Amino acid sequence: MIEAEGLTKFYGQIAAIRNVTFQVAKGEVVGFLGPNGAGKSTTIRILTCYMPPTAGVAKVDGLDCFEHSLEIRQKIGYLPENAPLYADLPVRGFLRFAAGAKGVAGKHIEKEVNRVIGQCGLDKNADRVIRHLSKGYRQRVGLAQALLNNPSVLVLDEPTIGLDPSQIIEIRHLVQELGSDRTILLSSHILPEVAQICQRVLIINKGEIIATDSPTSLTSQLQKTAKILIEVSAPAPDLLSAIRQLKGVQKAEVRENGANKFVVETDPSVDVRSDIARLVVQSGNGLLELRSVQLSLEDIFMQLVTEEPSQQEEAES
Amino acid sequence: MRGFWAIYKKELYMIFASPIFYAVAFIFLVISGIFFYLILDYFNHLSFELAQNPMLARQVNIMEIVLRSFFLNLSFILLFLAPLLTMRLYAEERKAGTLELLFTYPVTDRAAVAGKYAASVTAFLMLLAGTLPGIIALALTAAPAWKSIVAGYLGTFLLGSAFLSIGIFTSSLTQNQIIAAVLAFGALLILWFVGEAKSIAGPTWGGLADYLSMTRHFEGFSKGVLDSRDLVYYILFSTLFLFLTLRQMSSYRWRG
Repeated sequence: MIEAEGLTKFYGQIAAIRNVTFQVAKGEVVGFLGPNGAGKSTTIRILTCYMPPTAGVAKVDGLDCFEHSLEIRQKIGYLPENAPLYADLPVRGFLRFAAGAKGVAGKHIEKEVNRVIGQCGLDKNADRVIRHLSKGYRQRVGLAQALLNNPSVLVLDEPTIGLDPSQIIEIRHLVQELGSDRTILLSSHILPEVAQICQRVLIINKGEIIATDSPTSLTSQLQKTAKILIEVSAPAPDLLSAIRQLKGVQKAEVRENGANKFVVETDPSVDVRSDIARLVVQSGNGLLELRSVQLSLEDIFMQLVTEEPSQQEEAES
Repeated sequence: MRGFWAIYKKELYMIFASPIFYAVAFIFLVISGIFFYLILDYFNHLSFELAQNPMLARQVNIMEIVLRSFFLNLSFILLFLAPLLTMRLYAEERKAGTLELLFTYPVTDRAAVAGKYAASVTAFLMLLAGTLPGIIALALTAAPAWKSIVAGYLGTFLLGSAFLSIGIFTSSLTQNQIIAAVLAFGALLILWFVGEAKSIAGPTWGGLADYLSMTRHFEGFSKGVLDSRDLVYYILFSTLFLFLTLRQMSSYRWRG
């Protein structure tokens, strides 16, 4: 549904993105992840026909973003970063304008506007001037305008930025719901969010795509060791050395915050949890906690973002 | 011209929702009212003087004297006020980032420029309509010169629309509304006085300067004379600046 091929964009002498290539299939919900200034918004602006790329081809639904700009704009619902809105208009007035601009027929405008107002929970604020709305509600108005005319592709640039936790959850539910019958590309720098909503993640750093996969397989790919956390009832140095003897254990150490808490790193292919449990019981200690730790998307992200440049530098030299 | 009506309605709403329009309308109507009163006063003096001299009175159409000074004054007030009607059209969108919405809605750039321009012209027509009651009252009490009135209003409309086209262009150049207004005002002043260069420049350049002058083309209308050359001048003038605005918008898009 969305194809980017070798997208490059220069602002003057500075390249914001270089050779960005990816695909988003129909019906997929894809997270676009990267630190601030990585080139997420630049890529999105090219895909939404805001500006043409310096080089490369962007296609939506098989149509070139540059040559068929109007048709594509008709298909895409776009929430720009920071949800820019006409602050002097009331919510309903703004949505009526947006519906008209998106080509909703005159007699359907009212119905369509009411639908998105309901969908985004704006009923109580529909007649207020946008200038007087809180950040959270502005973000909802931004989302509401993107949903007008029921676009088959949604592009959301940081949809949950500046919202409070309960609003974030609401928006996530809404996006999940919308994702059931739409293609969604969603950018964010908040990782758990992406892990929760998206089937696939694109990670971009310094203008280049550095990884693309599902959150779970990214985790398993990058997990070089499996981590197990243990808490016992009393400090037990003997136990620790016994654990070190187990097959597959690479490292076992006391965790920073207590002599009775250990962290064990093992070969990911072996599961030593039952062996550890037996050792603990044999040593006469009480077993308070035993759990394996999954690498979070944060860890992956940090790993990718920090490792990748050094590898590149090596390759270059 | 897809999206023209949606943009036109939105712009019109925003013009009337902002206090700028009311401030401009207030100043415009007060000053044009004062001028109108002063001209009538002068007209009275003239009537008394001409009453003493019937020979001369037959050669002078007093109504035309009044209308002529009135429309010249109107055009001069507009020189100052027109940039205020257009300064926000693009500058505000650039500053607030809403240009990103406008650029990603299925609306052509041409429709956006046309919609915005049409809205500012509509607001300007409303200002002009505010001067009608005085003129109508005059026409009903004195010998009416309808042709001169129509020509004068048509000329003022064309002149004002040309002012607005410069205004929308300067608004597309910057995200600062004040700079947009100052640039438009400067450009208008230059085009207003460029005709004066006729006396100092040679025949070729002087002729060109005279042709470019906005005042010169307005004189005919204010006298109640319709000349197609003046009409063409104003229409070409507005078209040129709307075209430049369109170019400026695509350049803005390309730079990203």
